[in-house]
Amino acid sequence: MSEKILYTKEHEWVIVKDNIVRVGISDFAQSELGDVVFVDLPEVGDVVEEGEGFAVVESVKAVSDIYAPVGGEIVAVNEELEDSPELINESPLERGWIAEIKVEGVAQTGDLMNQQEYEAFLKGV
Amino acid sequence: MRYIPLTQAEKQEMLDTLGISSVQELFDDIPQHIRLDTDLDLPEALTEAELVKHFQALAQKNTDLNSVVSFMGAGAYDHLIPSAIKHIVGRGEFLTAYTPYQAEISQGVLQSTFEYQSLIAEITGMEVANASMYDGATALAEACLMACAATRRELVVLPSTLHPEWQEVVKLYLENQDVQIAYLPYDGQTGLIDAQALEGVNWSEVACVVVQQPNFFGLLENAACLGERIHEHGGLFIMAVDPISLSVLKAPGELGADIVVGDGQSLGNAMGFGGPSLGFFATSGSKLVRRMPGRVVGETVDTEGRRGFVLTLQTREQHIRREKATSNICSNQALNALVAAIYLNILGKEGYQEVGNHCLQKAHYFKQQILTIDGLSSPFSAPSFREFVIQGDVDWEEINLKLLEKGFLGGLPLDRYGLPGHVLFSVTEARTKEEMDTFTTLLRGLI
Amino acid sequence: MTTKRVVPLIFERSTPGRRGYRLPALDVPEVSIDQLIPQEHLRTQPAELPEVSELEVIRHYTQLSRLNHGVDVGFYPLGSCTMKYNPRVHEDVTSLPGFAAIHPYQPESSVQGALELMYNLSEYLAIISGLEATTLQPAAGAHGELAGLMVIKAFHAHNGEGHRNEMLIPDSAHGTNPASCAMVGYKVVEVPSDDRGGVDVEALKKLVGPNTAGLMLTNPNTLGLFDENICTISQIVHDVGGLLYYDGANANAILGIVRPGDMGFDVVHYNLHKTFSTPHGGGGPGSGPISVSKDLAPFLPGPVVRKEGDKYVFATPEHSIGRLKSFYGNFLVYAKAYAYILSHGPQGLREVSEIAVLHANYMMRRLQDVYYLPVDRHCKHEFVLSGMWQKELGVRTTDIAKRLLDYGYHAPTVYFPLIVDEAIMIEPTETEPKSTLDEFIEAMRAIAQEAKDNPENLTSAPHHTPVTRLDESRAARQPILRWQKS
Repeated sequence: MSEKILYTKEHEWVIVKDNIVRVGISDFAQSELGDVVFVDLPEVGDVVEEGEGFAVVESVKAVSDIYAPVGGEIVAVNEELEDSPELINESPLERGWIAEIKVEGVAQTGDLMNQQEYEAFLKGV
Repeated sequence: MRYIPLTQAEKQEMLDTLGISSVQELFDDIPQHIRLDTDLDLPEALTEAELVKHFQALAQKNTDLNSVVSFMGAGAYDHLIPSAIKHIVGRGEFLTAYTPYQAEISQGVLQSTFEYQSLIAEITGMEVANASMYDGATALAEACLMACAATRRELVVLPSTLHPEWQEVVKLYLENQDVQIAYLPYDGQTGLIDAQALEGVNWSEVACVVVQQPNFFGLLENAACLGERIHEHGGLFIMAVDPISLSVLKAPGELGADIVVGDGQSLGNAMGFGGPSLGFFATSGSKLVRRMPGRVVGETVDTEGRRGFVLTLQTREQHIRREKATSNICSNQALNALVAAIYLNILGKEGYQEVGNHCLQKAHYFKQQILTIDGLSSPFSAPSFREFVIQGDVDWEEINLKLLEKGFLGGLPLDRYGLPGHVLFSVTEARTKEEMDTFTTLLRGLI
Repeated sequence: MTTKRVVPLIFERSTPGRRGYRLPALDVPEVSIDQLIPQEHLRTQPAELPEVSELEVIRHYTQLSRLNHGVDVGFYPLGSCTMKYNPRVHEDVTSLPGFAAIHPYQPESSVQGALELMYNLSEYLAIISGLEATTLQPAAGAHGELAGLMVIKAFHAHNGEGHRNEMLIPDSAHGTNPASCAMVGYKVVEVPSDDRGGVDVEALKKLVGPNTAGLMLTNPNTLGLFDENICTISQIVHDVGGLLYYDGANANAILGIVRPGDMGFDVVHYNLHKTFSTPHGGGGPGSGPISVSKDLAPFLPGPVVRKEGDKYVFATPEHSIGRLKSFYGNFLVYAKAYAYILSHGPQGLREVSEIAVLHANYMMRRLQDVYYLPVDRHCKHEFVLSGMWQKELGVRTTDIAKRLLDYGYHAPTVYFPLIVDEAIMIEPTETEPKSTLDEFIEAMRAIAQEAKDNPENLTSAPHHTPVTRLDESRAARQPILRWQKS
């Protein structure tokens, strides 16, 4: 069981707890987007495939698709974002989480980066 | 050239700055073999006076509605147009502005568009309207596509009482996205959608059902029951409406419509051989608003707290979302929307209701008069608003040519739509009793 | 000068019982409404329209108009939008009742002048494009794109090649191009640009194939540069059975100089509200006719106008895709383009493009020492600078744009094309006097200096506009999209 934060190359973060994977966008991603004005959330019960766009985060003049880092069923969405999309700017790693995906078996997170690796990755961006 | 102010001396200065000897050098990157070496085969330039003469000569080959009395409608209506409108929309600040991309110097267009949206929302009874579409037909096509996206279904139900040209436009848009269409036939006795046909539709697969109110024949459909039927199965209810009729008829919002579209020509816009007009587009609920095509203006504040207006929810649009945009629309019909807004403002709460009532009263009177002519009858029994169909064993195309010689533009012959002997008349507040009586007498003589 | 002005909403000016317009008295016997229309169809609440006098309406809109910039007010160098002067005589001639007050369903014999105009304009646009046939039906540029793509799709399907579903589009293209593709179910294949700003020919060769339906191209492209490889590009696409679509947004650079048909294009759309000077009206109405090659002509949307003897008649092309809009397109708009072509003639149109290009090059050369010029070669009717030197000073392109408003100019197109960082796209057009160009150049230079000396004055700009910077995030987060009776 791990609760450490991992990152994708598309700047999503994930925290795995048993077979539940919580997803959000990184601090870097939110600062690149600017003021987030709307989050198009998936519906609980939707089934997503790994790599599939399952949510959309919008600022005034940019749109960012959020890709599922793992495949599975959406079991929770952060409904607070419907009225307060700015939580993604204010608290990207905590209150600004987007959704939780339940995976079959063990979540495959081998390709994801840890905090240190992500920081190194950002320097190359 | 008269619109190019550059003098020879200035041109030379520019060439010197660029270090070139002729403008031609600026085009040297165009492959020589495709560059034109002769003039385009077009007529020689006209002076302003010659141009005016040319247009006057062309105009004289047209019979305009200032010289004949019209009873023709079918999507383009001869309403009274208040003079103030042309003086406002002729102002260069409105006429020669582009899309309001720089909000700080575009508050005139932005606020007037916000007011337009409010007026459309008000008459349709919906929460939100966009800043306009090309026309009613394209607005309806986009509404159907939006319903398909919102419901993730690919079947649209259209009534055969929808304006035939709108049917064609919707069909073209939908077939290019592989959306299926099912048609509801109409009842030959009432002229309305055949209620029995509703039973044959597999509603759980339907993205939306459309109703035109009044329908192409000018008749009032039982819209509410269609709305209930589609909502039971999770689809959307789209109403295509006439904006003048909404002063008298129940607001689509009250009938449960999810999307309301229509053509705004009748709101103060010139007939102009059918264009430019505008399409209006209204919806309710934040989920649908985010799927709406086209521009929309929203209220906000500036850095000092003053009220101001901006283009908003832009991430729906093509310049940001590109192939994932809700539509490809960019230029819309802003100036025609401004006309519609001025029209509604100047008519006002009472005047708007009066126009609707006059159309209704005069159309009713005219229909009674026409029906006194032997051999003519009313084929449909449903109530109508400002248009109605008359039937008789006559060639209406022939009759129209004769009427035109006497100074009248008759109704639209419907044989082109498979209804020989049928004609569609339209009466607006602009018609007088005398004109209607004279027309009736003339027509009696021709039949 | 600082005039901050807030105009009340028209609804806020309303006084119950006031009227702005009177109808002639009802001269037929009035029947109670519920005798004519059953109760269930009747409106229950009157619409809350404003109750204002005519003078109040006039003042309201006059006050609003004074908050607005237009070509008539000042310089409008908005790249890719061709904000040239809109001759007033065009407004006069198209408001003649013989055009403005005719019904679309009148007998053809009673609208011969209108049909003649449509016929002539269709011919002229075909001549200017070097193609065969024209439809005037599309209401705007994006609508023209839609028409053109539908025609291409129908052509392929007719030839048993309905599987072709990929449209190639350069990464510098307008957003409408991919959006239009989506409307016809085409998959967008993005083509990279090379370092001279044109289509990367080697990349293109790898991207074309048996599924290629065509290529959409703006030439000169959105960098304002003519793609000198156009003939090669055209051959690559045609060799695999694809068609070439010309986005006419930048046609102001090529009138009478080179024809899209000669470049190898099969379809062209024109933005008459750009190149042919019909007014933009604050966002529309536009008009986006398309001209097509002989092979594609049978697929055009109907109706088109044909000449039979000395009569003009409506006709539907043999394999027409159908109808794209009610009636015949934005007639009163394209009638102004017809006037524009007639008042310029062949030499005049050529001069339009020559001077538009000369103006753009002159401005580009006088600004390239203070703003970074990404591609240094002759431009066509517009050019793209980058604000990246200013960005290092903490000033963004948006700040430069906002500061220009203080000088009484509209800003250039900014942040487009997407392939240039901090893009500033300037299109002067041919109708501006040199003195205006010089004044604008001086303003741009002063702003570049200000970015060094007093960047805060830029980041807080504009200062002299009716409102200061508006909170777009707030507008999008809690959308207020209409007035509501409180």
